[in-house]
Amino acid sequence: MSFKLVTILVIVLGVLAVAQLVRLYELSSKLRNRREEEITNRDNKLNANLLLAFMVFFYGGFIYLMSHFGWTGRGDAASVHGEKTDWLLNLNFVIIITVFFLTNTLLFVFAAKYIRKPGVKAYFYPHNNKLELVWTVVPAAVLAVIIILGLKTWNDVTSESGKESIKVELFSKQFDWTARYAGKDNLLGKFDYKLTTQENELALLTAATLDSAIQYMEFGKKDSTLLGIKLLESKLNNPKNMFIPEDREKMETDLDRKTRLLRLLYQIKARHNSKLDAQAYDDIIQKDTLHLLVNKEYEFNFRAKDVIHSAYFPHLRAQVNTVPGLTTRMKLTPKVTTKEMKERKNDPKFNYVLMCNKICGGAHYKMKMIVVIDTPEQYASWMKSKTTFKDDFHKAAAPAATEAAVAADSTKMAKL
Amino acid sequence: MSALTHDTHGHHDSHDHHDHHEESFISKYIFSQDHKMIGKQFLITAIFMGLVAMLLSLLFRIQLAWPGESSDFLSLFLGETWAPGGVLKENMYLGLVTIHGTIMVFFLLTGGLSGTFSNLLIPLQIGARDMASGFLNMLSFWLFAGSSVIMLVSLFIETGPAMAGWTIYPPLSALPQAVEGSGLGMTLWLVSMTLFIAGSLIGSLNYIVTVLNLRTKGMSMTRMPLTIWAFFVTAILGVLSFPVLLSAAVLLMMDRLAGTSFYLSDIIVGGEMLENHGGSPLLYQHLFWFLGHPEVYIVLLPALGLSSEVISTNSRKPIFGYRAMIGSILAIGFLSFIVWGHHMFVTGMNPFLGSVFVFTTLLIAIPSAVKVFNYLTTLWRGSNILTPAMLFAVGLVSTFITGGVTGIILADSALDIAVHDTYFVVAHFHIVMGMSAVFGMFAGVYHWFPKMYGRMMNTRLGYAHFWVTLVGAYGVFFPMHFVGLAGAPRRYYDYSVYGEFDQSSFEMIMDLNVIITVFAIIAALGQVIFLFNFFYSVYRGPKAVQNPWKSNTLEWTTPVEHVHGNWPGALPEVHRWPYDYSKPGAEEDYIPQTVPLAEGEEEH
Repeated sequence: MSFKLVTILVIVLGVLAVAQLVRLYELSSKLRNRREEEITNRDNKLNANLLLAFMVFFYGGFIYLMSHFGWTGRGDAASVHGEKTDWLLNLNFVIIITVFFLTNTLLFVFAAKYIRKPGVKAYFYPHNNKLELVWTVVPAAVLAVIIILGLKTWNDVTSESGKESIKVELFSKQFDWTARYAGKDNLLGKFDYKLTTQENELALLTAATLDSAIQYMEFGKKDSTLLGIKLLESKLNNPKNMFIPEDREKMETDLDRKTRLLRLLYQIKARHNSKLDAQAYDDIIQKDTLHLLVNKEYEFNFRAKDVIHSAYFPHLRAQVNTVPGLTTRMKLTPKVTTKEMKERKNDPKFNYVLMCNKICGGAHYKMKMIVVIDTPEQYASWMKSKTTFKDDFHKAAAPAATEAAVAADSTKMAKL
Repeated sequence: MSALTHDTHGHHDSHDHHDHHEESFISKYIFSQDHKMIGKQFLITAIFMGLVAMLLSLLFRIQLAWPGESSDFLSLFLGETWAPGGVLKENMYLGLVTIHGTIMVFFLLTGGLSGTFSNLLIPLQIGARDMASGFLNMLSFWLFAGSSVIMLVSLFIETGPAMAGWTIYPPLSALPQAVEGSGLGMTLWLVSMTLFIAGSLIGSLNYIVTVLNLRTKGMSMTRMPLTIWAFFVTAILGVLSFPVLLSAAVLLMMDRLAGTSFYLSDIIVGGEMLENHGGSPLLYQHLFWFLGHPEVYIVLLPALGLSSEVISTNSRKPIFGYRAMIGSILAIGFLSFIVWGHHMFVTGMNPFLGSVFVFTTLLIAIPSAVKVFNYLTTLWRGSNILTPAMLFAVGLVSTFITGGVTGIILADSALDIAVHDTYFVVAHFHIVMGMSAVFGMFAGVYHWFPKMYGRMMNTRLGYAHFWVTLVGAYGVFFPMHFVGLAGAPRRYYDYSVYGEFDQSSFEMIMDLNVIITVFAIIAALGQVIFLFNFFYSVYRGPKAVQNPWKSNTLEWTTPVEHVHGNWPGALPEVHRWPYDYSKPGAEEDYIPQTVPLAEGEEEH
């Protein structure tokens, strides 16, 4: 409260003080017969000098920031293509910083040097075709170089990954990342978002996951955290139940939606080729940290569950958005192990990171995953500890299946 | 010497040409159909909206500099709901960022710049009595005012304003389950923008028709001041691109309210499995940026036009390469329609499509470079008079260069990967679009204030305002390049997350964020000088003379006292281009457009 009072007081006093100063200034202007539109030579000169002083201050600040932080404040690129793009970035920086200094200097110097002087008339110089041609052609030539080099690098970076590349999927949702390694066959199993259940967060498509998804859709969960179709139907059809109209409408909408989704699930089931299940079963799902092998080419597939996210590896100079309903891809070859980068940056706590770089909700800023680039030995020993999706799913689904069966029973009971 | 010329014009400004139809307060100040009044209405509304947006930016800058620390300033404005204990809520942070961006881009820089100065200057500089349709012009303002009110109201509702960033990418903006601001807040945002677009469209059509049809005798297209060329091309850009934003907004509205799937596919949000299938969020991005990129030039071209006029007048020299300047404006206008994909290099768009956009985008650098060099040559060997307007115009050229060159990095898709959506982008567009356009607007306000209010603004306060703004704004946005190169993503609520994995970046980002916020506070305080100067001068500034800057263009041949129809007698006739400053052989260092060519005199 006192803060508000003081703030208001300061503002009011400030305005009054300025008003008085301006009154004073006006009176003195009137006395000296001075008009606002007539800029005195003294004022003109003062502002010209200030322009030059500002230029010096501006350049000084720039050079200080550059020497203090460097122009890639995040350290060396840690990927193969990153080294190429960093080289190109440096080249572009040399060009644009030259232009920046050159044109800004001309601007401030011309504005300050050619201020009005008594008896000197401005030079009438409406155009000069030769000059104009020069500064059309020169930028065009420089840009041609920039475009050619840029597109060459862009094509390199975005071309198809090699056949040998390791396939990894990164799955994004509010507000975390999950990685899925393709396993022994180096093939990522198929998926369909409608198969998402508690045991199958990445919605992988196998005969078993299909059955479990259908089960959930029909019977829901025992503790009623997830209402199945059957329970919804029995609730709505029970004449003893009284609902607020909004609640009833909500339940009806939910029922309709689930019925339609169930029909789609049965369609998937009818078309399903269980030979492909093996592709999904040997996949390895990994949360928290993403382990990558140094000097191996990766092909990342990106998926999003809810909204758009962006997979951003600042140190690896890699980024692509993850889009619901669309798989995006990117290839990447890590080049510097975590251990080596820790030494280079002289920061024992340093880690590579995968951040979210597209606004995705309140905790957007916390959505990240630590990335570790391993030597082959480290990677192999880490991989040993991992279990496949098949094991994970069956372990999780076994109790859940019985639970679902119980739920089914209880629904039947409720009907009676 | 100069005092003499003032006196000769000075006698006009008394009550000779008083309008005899006394108007009621409502038809004169509220539902006015006079373009000069409508221009002022746009200006005042935009200044107010700009202040709100600046305040919002201060609120989130405080959070960024001192994350998690309690602030009385935050609790003063946001209260317990949005800043419990003086600490900003995560969701409100996104809301502030979103509304700050929306207001600045659309309400201040589009409405305030094009709305104010197109209205004020088009009829005055081409020698027309008023806009082609005064009624539509009035409608355009009131739609703008209505949309402003709705946008402001959205700040005060229970679930908060839109929180999906000013680009409101779906699915985030389509799903209230994803973030609370995507409920009523987003609906209000869409309604507000729909009104805004309607208003802008009506306004733009009016500007185009006026420029094409109502030029006075002798005012050929190649004798128009560059301001008019800029407004004209801006209006064309607006007419062609804003409807596309409207279509994007309507489709989004349908996805939100009617269950369609234009932008939605295979989504599970808040534990709920949605049925939408087959839509594409990329479709929205294409539609949005098809407006979004021309929008940049809708904001920038008027500022460049205003500064061309201000620089030429105050350097007492013709603008160098008048035709090349027109050519550049047209080239920029044309190219602005085929570059939108450079906002989408990493969205999953086909990389080949990306390369096409790299090419077209970098082409824009050529007309932009031509404009810069022409400004420099205009200043060279001039007789520069550093009025506050002139200083702001010089500042504009500087920010146009500084912000423009980083655009070359961002337009290069291979380089964009590493800095896309980081603070490097924030620095780039705030300097090249934000600072440049705001500087252009200030140049315009200081220069045409005597035409708007018949009084002069205080020059010394103008200087103080300029220097604080220049230093403050560069101090805010220049260090952001380094924050971005360190890898900091934009729209993060708290950068101390960097402490968990990268100490050097963490320290650098936190240090720079404090510096940036301090400069932001200084720059914001600097605007108080402007506000004071503006409103004080409206009522108490010294009376202006007819042509205070000794300018050539037609608006300075109208009487100081505003009259309906602008010129009390016949419309002026134009005999020359507007840039005959310091022409050899002429007595004065300016020859107004209404002066016939002397015998044997060549037109430029």
